[in-house]
This record gives sequence, C-alpha cells and structure tokens, in this order.
Amino acid sequence: MVDLAKMPANLLPVALRGISVIANQKPILRDIDLEITRGTRTVILGANGAGKSTLLRVLHGLVKPSSGTALNVTSQPLTDVQLRAHDAMLFQRPVMLRTSAFNNVLYAAQQMSHTKRNGGAREQAVWEALRAVGLEEIADRPARVLSGGEQQRIAFARALVRQPDVLYLDEPTASLDPRSARQIEDCIQRAASSGVTIVMTTHNLALAKRIAESIVFLCEGRITEITPASQFFSQPESTEGRNFLEGEAI
Amino acid sequence: MNSLTDAFFGAFQLILRADPTLLSIIGLSLQVSVTAVAIASILGLALGSLVAVSRFPGRGLVIAVLNATMGLPPVVIGLLVYLLLSRAGPLGAYGLLFTPTAMVIAQVILITPIIAALSRQTIEDAWREYREQLASLGVRGASAARTLLWDSRFSLVTITLAGLGRACAEVGAVMIVGGNIDGVTRVMTTAIALETTKGDLPLALSLGIVLVLIVLAINIVAQSLKSFAERRYG
Repeated sequence: MVDLAKMPANLLPVALRGISVIANQKPILRDIDLEITRGTRTVILGANGAGKSTLLRVLHGLVKPSSGTALNVTSQPLTDVQLRAHDAMLFQRPVMLRTSAFNNVLYAAQQMSHTKRNGGAREQAVWEALRAVGLEEIADRPARVLSGGEQQRIAFARALVRQPDVLYLDEPTASLDPRSARQIEDCIQRAASSGVTIVMTTHNLALAKRIAESIVFLCEGRITEITPASQFFSQPESTEGRNFLEGEAI
Repeated sequence: MNSLTDAFFGAFQLILRADPTLLSIIGLSLQVSVTAVAIASILGLALGSLVAVSRFPGRGLVIAVLNATMGLPPVVIGLLVYLLLSRAGPLGAYGLLFTPTAMVIAQVILITPIIAALSRQTIEDAWREYREQLASLGVRGASAARTLLWDSRFSLVTITLAGLGRACAEVGAVMIVGGNIDGVTRVMTTAIALETTKGDLPLALSLGIVLVLIVLAINIVAQSLKSFAERRYG
C-alpha cells in the first residue's frame, strides 16, 4: 500500500523507459523512451491510432504497460497510484456527475486524501478553480445540462483544484466550437504560465504550435522524433513527421 | 351482468366507506412489501454495485445466475422458504412460518435478484462512462461504487419501485409461507384469491382495484421521478 502522505511533494521529472503496451495481441505502444521535465509544454502528435491517447494514459497511470517502467527523479519505479497522485487529466469528452458544477469540482477536491485541506479550505479551492475557468457564476447549475464547452471548463477546474504538477490533456478542444476551444486554450496557457507542466495530444496543429515547446511525434506506436516545436513545424526530422504535416499517408 | 354491476358497486362502496377489513388487508400488504423491498434494496444494490465495478474469475457466471434468478417462480421460492421455516426445517425453531416475517423473507428472496440484476446493469453502464475519470481522481473500489450508486440514484429508485410493484402483486410465495390467515397474514393478493373462490366478489374486486391503483401509482411515481431527474440533472 502506497503511503501518499510520505510521498515526495513532486515526482518530476518522470521518465518512461522501454514502455510497450499490447492490447488484444496488437501492439499499441512500442519501446517508448520519454522524459517529462518540470514546467515544460509537450504536445504529442500523430495520426489516428498512433497511440497518443494510450501514451498519455501510461504517463497518468491509467494504463499499465505490458513492459517497461516509469521512473522518478531518483530512478525508482513509480506505481500507477504514485503517477496519479500529483497529476490531473482532462479527457476529450468531459464526464460530469449528476450534481452541480460546484459539487463536481468539490468531489475532485475531496478525493485528495494526501492533502491536509479542511472543508472550508477545500471549498475556497473550488471557488478559486471555478474563477480560474470563468465559471463561478454558474457554480450552482447542474453540470450535465451545461454546454460542451462549459462542461470542459468545469473538467478543467476539476483538474486545477487538485493543484497538479502535471496536467495531461487528451484532445481537450476536439469536440468544441472555436469560442469554447479558445477559452480552453486560455485556461491551458494560464496553467502553463503558473508553472504546471503540460502534456497534450491534439490534431489541431495551430493549437499545437501555440502551446508546444516540444513535439513528440508518434507513428504506429513508436516515437519517431522529439524535437522543439519551432523545428518540427518548419523542418521535421522524421519522414513520418514531414508526411503528417503535408497531409500525406504516413 | 347484474351481478357484475353489483360487484363493482359493492367494491366501490367498500373503498369509499374505508371498510376496516379492507384497510387492514391493505395495511398489512404494504407493511410486508415495503419492509421486504427496503431489505432487498440494501442487499440488491450492494450486490449489484459490487458485481458492476469488480472484475473476478467467474464474474460472467455470477451475472448469468443473477439474471436467471430474476425469473424464479414465486411458488418455488415459497416452497423453499416453507421448507426452511417449517417445524422440521433448519430454521423451524424460530417459529416464523405463517407469520408476516416469513412473508417478508420470501419476498426478499424474490426481489433481491431483481434489484441486484437491474442495478448491476445500470451501475455498470455508469461505470463504463465514469471509469477513467474516477481512476484519474484516484477513486476506486467501494468508493467508486458509492459514487456510482449516488449518481445513478434516480434510475435505482425506479428499479426499487419496480421491485415494490412486483412485491405488492406477488401471490404464490406469500400464500405458501403466510398461510393467508385472517387478520394475521392475509394480504391483498391472497385475499383476492380466497374471496373470489368464496364468491365475495365486492371485497375481491375492491382489493383488486386498490392493488391496481397502487401498482399504477408506483409506476407513475417512477416515471415522473426519472423524467424530472433527466430534465433537472441531464
């Protein structure tokens, strides 16, 4: 049993070493080596089925790799619980509990057993998170009747209230209209500015350009390149990356 | 034709003047069924949610058995409970046979699988939707089951009310283990059966009308609750 109270305040940098994921005898990720360092903004790109979402889930401890390990700064293997303890994840389709927007965020705050927040401090943190995404005025409204964009911002507040070191975002703007997508992007930029490490998957290259410091390019479960964003978008190292940007078959 | 009209007329008279015999039978029926459903809900919801969020060898078989037991014939359950509670049975010493408690036991056995199987399906659907989000928040096991139970509360109330409707309308099991003793174990369904054979059609009909109204009311409440929840909470 992992004692969360005795865990270090943060686990960064996290390193994946030789990670492979096989599902239904089909390789999803192959021999992945990747390091996530503090305060960076990483965008994972790749065609549909390249393994982007699975890689994000391995980093967040939601998918157990078939082989390989996740290591912390002292090269100690990390459990899935440890990986999740200081992280938060935003999914493509937000899932809301059948209660108010406020209670959805409060629920996330209540699950942080390793923090010492009391009830008052917890509610204060919820209001701060809702304010950060600009939704404190609709805190009392049932979350599931809000628009898709508002639900995604509630999900963002739910992630923020956990005060994450790393924020994983799985195509966070994929099903949103341009205005809602812009609002989510603003939230991401603000979180990044406050020092939260960002790891995101997206098919939106314009968004990737604006957010990313570095690009991890995946093709058929393998990382073909890890390059600074400016370089990737002007002169990708790999043929697969080049073909992807030109809209050709990889 | 006249006898049918007379029977209906007599039945409405019994209902309108709140006949004490009628009220006592209705009261006992509701007492037995509500008690049974309360117990069956605790057992059924716990079992349903546990199976929904757990993964273990033989889970498919457990679900198949759970679904199959929804269709258990009430008379068979009545017979089994009778054998358990009869003087020669393993629980005979408690002297429960032909008491309302025996009827509650039979109904609990009848309704628990219904509530467990239907709630398992409801909670498993919710689990599919919430699993990753809850795992991301570090919620699992019993805590996840509690969250899903609360979030599915309106559907689960509907399931519980369906169980109550089934309990109120059940006749075979309560007849066997209750014995249909006047003033002690006579409930609406057993009284209807008896009074019909005796030819006391007004009492049988009045009980039938009340029974249908109760079952109808339960279904209207269930439907309204579900519609309200969908409008209010999405």
